[in-house]
Amino acid sequence: MKKVLKIMCLYPNEMNIYGDHGNLLTLQKRAEWHGFATEYIQHEPGRKLDVTADIILGGGGQDSGQDKVKNDLLKNGAALRKMAAAGTPMLVICGLYQLFGHYFETNAGHHIDGIGVFDAWTKAGPVRLIGNIVTETELGEIVGYENHSGLTHLGKNQAAFGRVVRGAGNTGADGTEGARVYNVFGSYLHGPILPKNPRLADELIHLAAIKKFGEFTPAEIDDTVALKAHDVATSRPR
Amino acid sequence: MKKSTILIGKVARLVARLRGGGSALPGLVVEKIDPGFLRDVLSKLPRGVVVVSGTNGKTTTTKMVTELLESHGLRVFTNRTGSNFTRGVVSALLSEIRRWRLDADIAVLELDEAHAVQFVRQVRPTYTLLLNVLRDQLDRFGEIDQTAKLLTTVAKSTRQTVVLNREDPLVAAIACSLPRARRVEFFGFNPKLAEFFPNDDELHGRPTFKKSTTRASVELKSFADRQATFSIDQKTYSVKMNITGAHNLFNAAGALALARVVLGDAADNEVLLATLGQMKAAFGRGEVLDINGEQIELILVKNPSGFRLSLKSQYSPTASTMIAINDHYADGRDMSWLWDVDFRGLKNVSVVSGIRAYDMALRLQYDDVDFGAVEPDLRLALREFLSGTRGKPKQIFCTYTAMLALRKNLGKIAKIEEAL
Repeated sequence: MKKVLKIMCLYPNEMNIYGDHGNLLTLQKRAEWHGFATEYIQHEPGRKLDVTADIILGGGGQDSGQDKVKNDLLKNGAALRKMAAAGTPMLVICGLYQLFGHYFETNAGHHIDGIGVFDAWTKAGPVRLIGNIVTETELGEIVGYENHSGLTHLGKNQAAFGRVVRGAGNTGADGTEGARVYNVFGSYLHGPILPKNPRLADELIHLAAIKKFGEFTPAEIDDTVALKAHDVATSRPR
Repeated sequence: MKKSTILIGKVARLVARLRGGGSALPGLVVEKIDPGFLRDVLSKLPRGVVVVSGTNGKTTTTKMVTELLESHGLRVFTNRTGSNFTRGVVSALLSEIRRWRLDADIAVLELDEAHAVQFVRQVRPTYTLLLNVLRDQLDRFGEIDQTAKLLTTVAKSTRQTVVLNREDPLVAAIACSLPRARRVEFFGFNPKLAEFFPNDDELHGRPTFKKSTTRASVELKSFADRQATFSIDQKTYSVKMNITGAHNLFNAAGALALARVVLGDAADNEVLLATLGQMKAAFGRGEVLDINGEQIELILVKNPSGFRLSLKSQYSPTASTMIAINDHYADGRDMSWLWDVDFRGLKNVSVVSGIRAYDMALRLQYDDVDFGAVEPDLRLALREFLSGTRGKPKQIFCTYTAMLALRKNLGKIAKIEEAL
């Protein structure tokens, strides 16, 4: 019988605005290509959080979507922090990246509380930062497309996920992009991020497999098309 | 109206044409030297101005409204260039103005959501037709709720009548924010057709369709093959349509509703339906080109909902398929949208092309759809597609700038109507 990896999406109906569903599809397929069976868990507001999930994904949403999920997220904050500290790999993009920090401060000065997985906070910025972006990370070059008006500031000891090579990133000024703590990756990159950056997808699977089964033997996957798409993305104008 | 503006604009237009440039330059020049030009010209039209906006189907619907009004003897000015910015409208005006005046009774203008707001600041439309709000190129508009707000602004500035899509919750809700005096009409479909017309929530989450109790003045009752049945003020009319695509048939209900508002008592339903049936597809929107005896259908895809609808109602499994994806500004720079389209219904794709050919091929890979050549160069891809699929019907799904380039290339092989 195949080993099973449980992949959970946080709020797939409310936080799904920029094709982030593609991240789920990529993880499911690649996990299968690496020899696992996958189980998909949708976490919806009001439901009990399944703490046995092996990988957690979260996407971006509109303001109205964030309103619908914020209470549920706060309620499950302690459980998610515990899972993070225990090494569960997570990838949170844009809106949920922001809410995985301490708070989001709106233009009017209101604080929307986050769950503090990252030592980071976000303030509404004056303009939308939009365009193709290239960053350099421990996992090599990452490409994507950013589209956010919030500016995310990292605490002194909070590691960024990557360094901006081209584009704006967390604040448009400090050269950082995203955040990483334990096995939790936060990022502004849509695109979606995983298909054209297969190394990141495989890293999440690798981390989950090691945590759950103590071992991981990657399969050979032909990523020619993904890497060509990646290269084209690096050459496109902002 | 200043004669000098028209003169300078016409010269700019001539220069732009000689340089082989786009249609926006003369508009840009005129907007600079005479900001009141648009209002001056359009406010003189005896029957006023119609604005058509929404995410999907603007070009085809605008063409429908235009032909419906023309069938009743109205002289219509319209921006058929597909350049749906205010300066595109100005450019179109310049080419239509003769002897210092615009020879038309009414203007029917297609405007995208953001430019419609700019436009209504200068010219208040007499009538507005709002089709739908679906997530489009979010790199331009930000968020979908924001897009709905833009359309609300357009509706509020309309002088007489707003025609709204009853089945799109974001569009239908606009009725509540309008002053009482504003006349509102709805177009809709029979609830049993709901599965063919998913709204944005349904495309991205769970089904939300709710049967509305609001009366629609025109309703699409049913369709099969090319036969469409409409209910107009409780009477039923059936017509054989030339154009394809369920979404086009539904937007036709909107075009009918609007035309009937404009025409009032003069509206003759039989004439309207006959006109609709004969209408040909707009440039690049399901348009079938004959290239030396080979049939090629060009299907424009601009956003996930449009792509999904086209795959659902226009894709022919017996045809050979090519997909061409560019990422210029007019196409949308962000490739994320391809991941909101379900491609699993495609049998296989012969050629994948465009600047982002590899993004598209990657997307197909993850949906287990086989593909042949991946050739980013559109000219080479087209050659490969034509030589590899001789004698078979062909469909090309393409983004806006890819469609323009493909049409241009096809024009070199065979005579087709000149691209604007």
